Order: sequence, then C-alpha cells, then structure tokens
Amino acid sequence: MHPNDGRATAATARPILALHGISKAFGAVQALRDVSLELWAGEVVALLGDNGAGKSTLVKILAGVYSPDAGAIEINGQPVSITSPADSRRHGLAIIYQDLALCENLDVVANLFLGRAEGRLLLAEESMERQSWALLRSLSAKIPSVRTPVASLSGGQRQTVAIARSLLGDPPIFVLDEPTAALGVAQTAEVLKMIRQLRDRGHGVIVITHNLADVRAVADRAVVLFLGRNNGIFDVREVPPETIVAAITGLNGHAKGQPAEASAGASTP
Amino acid sequence: MKAPTRPSPLEALDTTDERLVLRRGALGSLANALARIRSGDIGTLPIIVGIVLVWALFGILNPVFVSSTNLGNLLVQSASEGIIALGIVLVLLVGEIDLSVGSMAGVGSSILGVGFVVHGWPLSATVAVVLAAGAVVGLAYGLVFIHFQVPSFVITMAGLLALLGLQLVLVGQTGSINIPFSSSIVRFMEKDVLPHLVSYVAAAAIAAGYAGVSWARARRRARAALSSRSVASILVPSVALLAGLEFACWYVNRAGGVSDAFVVFAALVAVMDFLLRRTHWGRAVYAVGGSREAARRAGINVTAVYLSVFLLCAMFASLGGMFLAGWLGASSTEAGTGNVNLDAIAAAVIGGTSLFGGRGSAYSALLGVAVIQSIANGLDLLNLSSAQQFMITGGVLLIAVIVDSISQRARRAHGRA
Repeated sequence: MHPNDGRATAATARPILALHGISKAFGAVQALRDVSLELWAGEVVALLGDNGAGKSTLVKILAGVYSPDAGAIEINGQPVSITSPADSRRHGLAIIYQDLALCENLDVVANLFLGRAEGRLLLAEESMERQSWALLRSLSAKIPSVRTPVASLSGGQRQTVAIARSLLGDPPIFVLDEPTAALGVAQTAEVLKMIRQLRDRGHGVIVITHNLADVRAVADRAVVLFLGRNNGIFDVREVPPETIVAAITGLNGHAKGQPAEASAGASTP
Repeated sequence: MKAPTRPSPLEALDTTDERLVLRRGALGSLANALARIRSGDIGTLPIIVGIVLVWALFGILNPVFVSSTNLGNLLVQSASEGIIALGIVLVLLVGEIDLSVGSMAGVGSSILGVGFVVHGWPLSATVAVVLAAGAVVGLAYGLVFIHFQVPSFVITMAGLLALLGLQLVLVGQTGSINIPFSSSIVRFMEKDVLPHLVSYVAAAAIAAGYAGVSWARARRRARAALSSRSVASILVPSVALLAGLEFACWYVNRAGGVSDAFVVFAALVAVMDFLLRRTHWGRAVYAVGGSREAARRAGINVTAVYLSVFLLCAMFASLGGMFLAGWLGASSTEAGTGNVNLDAIAAAVIGGTSLFGGRGSAYSALLGVAVIQSIANGLDLLNLSSAQQFMITGGVLLIAVIVDSISQRARRAHGRA
C-alpha cells in the first residue's frame, strides 16, 4: 500500500520518478546492484545507507554524471535516458550537491540567476531583484538582503539560496545531497522547513542523509541501501528507528542472500 | 540599532526584513559607508588614501611634483601602462594571469615601427595589424589553457620568451627604429591635448552622465518597488565629481592640458567597467572568477569567458605597446622589457583587484597606475637611481598586498570573505 495513494491517484497513478533494477559497476566493484526506487509527487523520500552503500552513485546517475550499466529510469511513466547534466535538468530533476555550487563573490540575486540572467543586452537587475524577493518570500526564507555577497550568509541561508535557485526552473523533482550535514540546529530546522514546503507545493523530494532525526522530521518513506542493494523501504511514521538502523547497518538479515524485501510499508510495484 | 524598521508609507520590497538596520538620508549613507569600511569592505579607500599620501610626500620633497606641468605629464605617462594594466585586471578577475603583457607590448611597438615607419603603412592599417597580432596571441593562450589545462602563468611565461624573440626579430640588428617626431602617433602621445573648452565640457558631461545614470537607476528601482537612492544622495556626489573634474582640468590646463592618450585610456576604463557590471558577459567573468565549477554547472560558457579575457588582455597589451612606442618616439628592443610587466600587474593589484579572482573592477587599473606612475615620476624628480626606484616600488607593492590581505581578514571576520 502506498502511503500517498490518495493524493497520487487524484492526478496520475504513476510515480513522477521510478528507477527499476539499476546496476552500476566500477571495474570489479559492483557499486549498485538491481536497485529500485519510486518517488511520488508531494512526498519526501529519504535515501539512507552507510558509507559505500551506493547513495552517491545513485545520485550521480540521476544527475547524468554516470550512466547505469543496466536498469531503467522512468519519469511520469515514460522511460528516459539521462546521459548528461543537461539531460537531467531537462527531465525536471534539480540536483543540489553538498557543495552547493554558489559563487561566493556574487550577491544573492546574481547567484539565483547564475547562468540564466535576464535582460536582452544589459542585465535586468531590477526585475531579477524583484523576483528574488518574491521567490525567497514564498519559501519564507530569512535572507536579510539579496544584495550582500553569498560569502556573508550562514550555511543554512546558502542552502536556502541553492534550493531557491533550483526552484526558478520549477522542476518537479528535487534531489538534495546531505543538505544538513554542515549545519547548526537552527539552520537545520530552517532547511527542513524548506523541504516540507517543497513537498507541500507538490514537488517530489529525495533527501540523502545520515541523520535519522532529519528522516523522522521530514521524510514520508525511507529507502535504505546496503552495499549497493535495496535493503528495505519503510514508512517512517510506522516503523521504529531501530528497524531502519538495522537495515542501514545490514543487521536485519535481508542483506545476506536474496534481494531485500521490505519488512513494513513495502511498495514494490 | 537605530530605527530598525521605521514604518514608511512606501515600504520597499527589499527593506522589509526586520533584521536589516536601515539608515536613510545623507547621514545614513555616511554611516553605512563607515560600517562597510569597518567590516573590511574598503573598496577604493586605501588606494585614494595612498595617492593622497604619495602626492603629499613628493609635493613636500619637491614642489615641482605637484605642478600643472608635471601632473599633465603624469597623465601621459599613465596611458600606456594603464591600458596594459586594464587587460591584467580582466585576467585577474577570472583568477588567471598573463605574465607576457610586457613582451606583447614590445611586439606591438615593433610592428608599429616596422609597418608604419619602415614599410610606410597607413596608421589605421598598422593599428589593425597590431590589434590582430594581440588577438592571435590571446586566442592561442586561451586555447592552450582550455584544451591542455596548463596553468596560465606557465603558458604566458612561455609566451613571454617567444614574444621577446619575435620582438628582436622584428626590430632587427639596429635594436631601434626611430619614429619620426612629426608622425601622428608621436604627436598623439606627446603633444595632442583636449582643447581647454572641450575638457571643461567633457568634465561636465561626465558628471551629468553619472547623475543621469544614477537617477535612471533610482527610477527603475522605485518602479520595481525596491529601495532607491534619494535625489540628494545622487546630487551630492555628482556635484563633488563635477567640482573635482573641473578643478583637475583647470589645473592641468594651466600648463600642457589633458592628454588625448590619457582620455583614450580613461574612456577604455569606463567602457570596460560598464561591460563588466552591466552585461551578461561581465557577470559571467565574475562568476567564473568566483567559482569556475559553479559557473560551469549553472550553464555559463566557461570556455568562451576564458577565451574572451585572454584575447582582450593581449589586445590591450598590444595597444599599450603602440602607446609606449609613440611616447618613446621609437620601437626598440627595450620596449616592454624591464618593469613594464610587473608594473602592470602591480597596478592592477594595488588598484584593488584580487589576485585570486572574482573581486575587483576596471577602475583599479586607473587608480593603481596612478600610484605606480606617481612613485616612478616622483622618484625621477628626486634624481634617485633606478636601483632605488625598483626597491621603493617593490615596497609599495608589498604594502598594497598586505592591505588587501588585512582587509580580506576583516571581511572574513565580518562574514564577507
């Protein structure tokens, strides 16, 4: 039973993003083996796993940095191939890396419109500044001034700018790579609030994290990888954290032999 | 915290955050400026203070330094080095360097001598050939940099040697080609000045242009419901600019006048400043200088940005070389050698352009070259040997870099690194 069935069937009965049987090997190392994942509009999926579980490889496949050796990617039910970062953007995926890729010497407006500045011959500064305020306000973001260089912002504020920037193209799918890893308590809360807002606007969000508190705070489902395989899909609200920890560390018994089958809230199509 | 959010009938979109400390009016702008300086955002302040100190010092040591004649000379002397420094500013903005600008200037000067004097080409054709030579060299640097990922200082160091060789070949055995004193290029560099009336009108036009542009921007911002500068805060600096420029023109006009060569240099600075601040290309230059990877991921054509700055830098260097030849009245094997290279780089850095990319402005070429040339000129007047000149200029460069480093530390402490 899918937790979002009620909402999802109203629009389409298909997930906005589905990965089927994704495998990727680097030489002798099988980084991903037959990994599947679904993301529905208006839900937050936490992608969990210990170091070396294959999370980053999976993100890079979504970002178009690596292409999978086997498996299929479907967007809104349509099979797609993502072979470059441009492909990934075109298919409506916004990937926000841990390093955020901001230009610290430029102000917030210039960063939000990096690579897509407005204006025919000259930069349309006023229009961009206006849209920046509207955008940040719609996220209830706390940025004191959009004309200060990004270098003067806190870590949470920078994360906000990075998320707001990817919102400009209005992509349906967000993939956030460890968005709270370097943040303090208040800043983490700010970013988690932002993720909830993305969900409430009907975006699908995949959050990669190590932090189970974050998972409980924002995620609807948790997809656990262990040594490159699926090791359970959990409904975060129904499953105790110990079960998820057991899946992350491979102590739940599933990882040994057969492909993992979720213990609770499983959603395999 | 003075007046955190004064309720105002027309609250601008960008001043509604309750944590913003708003200071309005003329006193408010002054307070803002002081706060910025304290947080290490010193901008052009140290360089202005530096120029005032240098001029005061040399003026006391030898009153001839601040005479109309000498300051007029200073303008001419600044033109060629300043144009070369302007190119350096561009490559520094993307975090790269061109160490061969001196040799490129030397090649530009030799082509002028060979083409214009020996072969009798028309001046316009000669200028075109010199600029094309600069473009070819700059393009070559850019292509090697992009395709082979070689650090720019190595590429341009190789270029320095190769161009030096080319310069020796071009000028030939004699080691020098004299440019007739009556030729247009020498007259342009040594004699041609703005007619007095034109200089006053131009100064007024610059001040009016500044006021007009500022006012138009304030109007656009007000229309977009953003905070904008008050009429007073536009008028005060405009009037100050007008008074300063008119006084400077009057003072220099008492002797020779405002050199045409300097006017060309200043105009190039203004054009580059406009392109850097207001166009997509300029924004891309700063973005690449700030973070090449971020710019690439955002879809900026990083390759084109690198090509354009290397191209422009070498073209400015070749143009500066022509100015140098006109000023010296000869194309010699000496042109562009010695301290031309380092002076141009020093001028850009002293003027406030960071060596690490992403920070600086076209005006740093103008301000930096003013310091460098003032020192060279002042030391000449004191009859100091070039040995002492080198050491003093080196010391000034060191001070400039230290000031930059201290202000960067202050920026970091105030979260503006």
